[in-house]
Amino acid sequence: MALDLSPSEEQQQLIDAFAALYDKESSTERVRAAEPLGHDPDLWRRLRENGAVEMAVDEAAGGWGATVLDLALVAEQHGRHLGSAPMLEAQVAARTLARVGTPEATGLLEGAMDGGRLVTLALHPPRAGLLRMVPAGAVADAILFVDGGRLLVLEPGLGRIRVANLGSLPVSDVPVEGSRPVAEGPVVRDALEGALDEWLVLMAAAMVGPGARALEIGVGYAKDRHAFGVPIGSFQAVAHGLADAATALDGAQLLEREAAWSATEEPGRFRELAALAFGFCTDAARQASYRSLHYHGGYGFMLEHDIQLFWRRAKGWPAQYAEPDVAFGRAEACRLGMSGEEG
Amino acid sequence: MDFRLGEAAEDVRRQARQFLEQHLTDEVKEKMHTTGVHHDWDFHRALSERGWVAPGWPVELGGQGYSVVEGLVMQEEFHQAGAPTYGVGTTMIVAGIIRRLGTPAQKELVIPRALRGEIIIVLGFTEPECGSVVVAAQTRAVRDGDEWVINGSKMFTTNAQEGDYAFMLTRTDPDAPKHKGLTTFLVPLRQPGVEIRPIRTLSGERTNLTFYTDVRVEDGLRIGEVDGGWDVMAVGLSLERAGAQGGESSRMLAALERWACTTPEGGSAPPASDPRVRARLGRAAAENEVSTLLARRSGWVQDSGALPGVEGSMAKLFASEAITRQSADLLDMLGPDGMRSEGDPTALAGGAAEYAYRFALGTTTYGGTSEVQRNIIAQRGLGLPRPR
Ligand SMILES: Cc1cc2nc3c(=O)[nH]c(=O)nc-3n(C[C@H](O)[C@H](O)[C@H](O)COP(=O)(O)OP(=O)(O)OC[C@H]3O[C@@H](n4cnc5c(N)ncnc54)[C@H](O)[C@@H]3O)c2cc1C
Repeated sequence: MALDLSPSEEQQQLIDAFAALYDKESSTERVRAAEPLGHDPDLWRRLRENGAVEMAVDEAAGGWGATVLDLALVAEQHGRHLGSAPMLEAQVAARTLARVGTPEATGLLEGAMDGGRLVTLALHPPRAGLLRMVPAGAVADAILFVDGGRLLVLEPGLGRIRVANLGSLPVSDVPVEGSRPVAEGPVVRDALEGALDEWLVLMAAAMVGPGARALEIGVGYAKDRHAFGVPIGSFQAVAHGLADAATALDGAQLLEREAAWSATEEPGRFRELAALAFGFCTDAARQASYRSLHYHGGYGFMLEHDIQLFWRRAKGWPAQYAEPDVAFGRAEACRLGMSGEEG
Repeated sequence: MDFRLGEAAEDVRRQARQFLEQHLTDEVKEKMHTTGVHHDWDFHRALSERGWVAPGWPVELGGQGYSVVEGLVMQEEFHQAGAPTYGVGTTMIVAGIIRRLGTPAQKELVIPRALRGEIIIVLGFTEPECGSVVVAAQTRAVRDGDEWVINGSKMFTTNAQEGDYAFMLTRTDPDAPKHKGLTTFLVPLRQPGVEIRPIRTLSGERTNLTFYTDVRVEDGLRIGEVDGGWDVMAVGLSLERAGAQGGESSRMLAALERWACTTPEGGSAPPASDPRVRARLGRAAAENEVSTLLARRSGWVQDSGALPGVEGSMAKLFASEAITRQSADLLDMLGPDGMRSEGDPTALAGGAAEYAYRFALGTTTYGGTSEVQRNIIAQRGLGLPRPR
């Protein structure tokens, strides 16, 4: 075993399979058509048919046992195509249920895998009886959340409040009435921290997608658009901004893949690396999509141009959790061996 | 996909640490600090005895046959420990060129002595009037029978005061188009007509301005063809192996992490209890990890048989810009105390941020400035038109 940064044959097949699925089912026309809710039921159905939820669950719990790295490679494709489907949340929620393993959790997991129910999880505890900005909260059948050391589930009814938002994401604010317990005790804290690690690393992987695709669009435009009789990409002011973005994105992808790899291969570093990757990939994707949009001039500001789709998600997706500094702080707490300080 | 470096590389790391513990003494570090010279003859000879002057060369040529990644791991350890490696670095770039392009006599003259740690070769590319555009070199070499006569000056000739030879880019045909009239020589530095004037730099590193007045070089020390200097430079660039990145910033981060965990006198909690401190250190840790990964990728690409290209430029650009950003940010984090100089007994965290803040600005310049790296990435990596 030695350093090998290219995907294995199986990993490449996985990437290719999902790239093909998204090519077909998540064109920018489809992405636009799913706005403003940000949910494309047909895409979600196709993802489910391809095992997007089952693959994430351990074999012991009835799933296919994909590694976190496998999931990250799929998440890269999801991000690249701006998938309008709550795949990351559904995967992380399913893995969390499998880890918790109480009868209630097992029942919910069965529903998520075989019953086609969409289970998501809240990244923050409720405040004043309200879960705020729950990822996929606008379309989920059930929401997992933690309150006072207990893991609870809630079937959001008519009370949920859809929120128009920057990223056209299906988030919502949800009152916690009617929730029931799924698990309690130390297992809850571990499960939630573990779920957060996984969501962070998968989101980091997803962020590389809009960053890289936005950069490609920006580079293409810089080659085509002319000023003073030459392509604008020949001006250093433009070329250097793109070069910096490309460099940061290459670094972001390496970091996110290393973090995902470490989940199984170097678990002692997983929490730290997942949080570092989230913070870094968030910044890198924002920078790449911002520059690419800006180098479109006024056209970049037009809704009609696709570049804005990438720019809005590059900010909106990770913001569902927190700003990069929160993740950097979480990582540093691990590095310094501080517990109870994270999050 | 596997991010492990492998047993062989980890073994190199262990050996490097042992070696550094034994040979990178406080005395060596102290001397480096006071003189600003990043070359130490005792350390250099110890490297040579260990067979580590040319670790990447084949065993039969006096190397260890290390892969690029193994060599990189060694460098990671040396940089992080702050070992004096500039002299051996430039020497082996030139020895590598001579190994490929030199005459039998040149190989005989240079390679065994270089491997034994007896000589140092420095780089004489940059001139007072040109650096990035090295092809504009003005230093003249004029033929005189079996010899050449050299007149001109070179800027930033680091380690010239220690050096036996300067590998020098000279102009032999002033009328030819710029890149056609250049020739490279191995110029013996210990001779009349060579004047070495020290230059002090922001980080304390010493470099030199060197003058050459009617300096004589035998034709036998010409490397490559007459007027073929640009081809020699191209071979030199293609030999350039991936350089480790992130060593200096790892050192800074480690010092500040120790500081963050220590409750200050009269204080009630360590700085790390402040989430803003953790966020800033975490951000530096992320960029540091990325610097390391980009450099390793560049090594891995070369081990897979490709030439170093855009990957090397990205690694160099990112790491030097990252340490520039991070040192400024972490210096700020310390408040007014951040200004206390490295070496001052009152400095916090050993003055690591203050030193890195000064050191960083050299890294964005030597080895190709950040702008030059961005040009390469834009053109060769992104396929944009030649930047202007
Ligand atoms: C500590 C130190 C040690 C060094 N050691 C050596 C050594 O041992 N041997 C040696 O030969 N040299 C050495 N150098 C020199 C170094 O390689 C040069 O400083 C470097 O190549 C830049 O050249 P310059 O200083 O002439 O700057 P210039 O080339 O004049 O550049 C000035 C500014 O203009 C920018 N610029 C230049 N060209 C372009 C362009 N095409 N597009 C956009 N921007 C551009 C640069 O990025 C820079 O910011 C050393 C330098 C330092 C600081």
